[in-house]
Amino acid sequence: MAHITASVYTSHVPAIGAALDLGKTAEPYWQPLFKGYEFSKQWMKDNPPDVVFLVYNDHATAFSLEMIPTFAIGCAAEYQPADEGWGPRPVPTVIGHPELAAHIAHSVIQDDFDLTIVNKMDVDHGLTVPLSLMFGQPPSSDFSWPCPVIPFAVNVVQYPVPSGQRCYNLGKAIGRAIASYDQPLKVQIWGTGGMSHQLQGPRAGLINKDFDNAFLDRLIADPDGLAKVPHIDYVREAGSEGIELVMWLIARGAMGDVAHSGGGAKPPKVAHRFYHVPASNTAVGHLILENQA
Amino acid sequence: MSLNKDYLDVPGTTIFDAEQSRMGFHLNQFCMSLMKAANRERFKANERAYLDEWPMSEAQKQAVLARDMNAMIALGGNIYFLAKIGATDGKSFQQMAGSMTGMTEDEYRQMMVSGGRSAEGNRHIGEDGDAQAHRQPQGQAGRAPKA
Repeated sequence: MAHITASVYTSHVPAIGAALDLGKTAEPYWQPLFKGYEFSKQWMKDNPPDVVFLVYNDHATAFSLEMIPTFAIGCAAEYQPADEGWGPRPVPTVIGHPELAAHIAHSVIQDDFDLTIVNKMDVDHGLTVPLSLMFGQPPSSDFSWPCPVIPFAVNVVQYPVPSGQRCYNLGKAIGRAIASYDQPLKVQIWGTGGMSHQLQGPRAGLINKDFDNAFLDRLIADPDGLAKVPHIDYVREAGSEGIELVMWLIARGAMGDVAHSGGGAKPPKVAHRFYHVPASNTAVGHLILENQA
Repeated sequence: MSLNKDYLDVPGTTIFDAEQSRMGFHLNQFCMSLMKAANRERFKANERAYLDEWPMSEAQKQAVLARDMNAMIALGGNIYFLAKIGATDGKSFQQMAGSMTGMTEDEYRQMMVSGGRSAEGNRHIGEDGDAQAHRQPQGQAGRAPKA
């Protein structure tokens, strides 16, 4: 059977992608940030997944105001990096895993979560920046990502956006769905976006280190309580775009200690934790949690 | 229908809800069109003519021509859509976000490098933080005479 080996959490700031693509990673401004991901790139080599289930938000790229799905699962064979206005990022095509994606869609929809099935879309920086941070830049001699990816897009752009509790419960259903897939796949689930940031209005530039670090603490040790935090707290404390953090609760909900009730699984092991301010307008947070047998 | 919009009580912040979205539909869809290189070229060649192809309000068109980000947001724009205009102009998210504070690029960048804007005094309207209405503009850019 398939099983989730670990969850990964990271910000997906577009400027990080630009810094990587333009070869600026060694500049003093960016050096401390990329240093925080050196462990992670080695960890990925040591713990290669067969599939990554990647929770992110579309930034008005695949979904305009014509249609806004709250939760959308990518069931396509492949996804092209999008042109977000400055041309597509020079990164490989993202290869999907249609069979596992269809299985998860079937299981989760039967479990009362109404997903939108997507068979064609481009993917923006929300998905490709985390891949670059965790896998590094693929060499031109083998220009591909190391494994298939299932994109899972969450609406955090137009209100109403889903609550933290809804995301957490959905994560649990995704965890159960993956565990019931009849192939021996090692799956990682990634939650991306955040941490505190605001990109608009006179309040632009808001950063809240206390909120962010408390969020990391609770995500690790008190996800049940963290899931109950209402939207307005994210907006007031972490900025209007800090609401992206609800997506981290999907990945956390899929972890063994909470997804499988009564299973008695141990809490996850914290393999890596990193926090840095700033990347452009944003506080960058990063965690790797490993499921324990 | 009665909804408790508690997010209206956050200073210097516009939440992109259904009302904003309705007001900004054509403005935001115009922005989406800039995801195609050919459309970016046509827009850059004659901005006014390109905007006139869209059923936007005159105020929305003027806000785009002036690159007045706060005005575009007040008229229903959303930052992730408006970012396509910034990308067309070669502006970063930091330049776009900073332009809404009245700070110069350097002032805003310095604020971010120093740890960003504090939430203190900026949680509720009527407090005394730097994002409150009575403390605008925040920097030299907003005080300079308009060119």
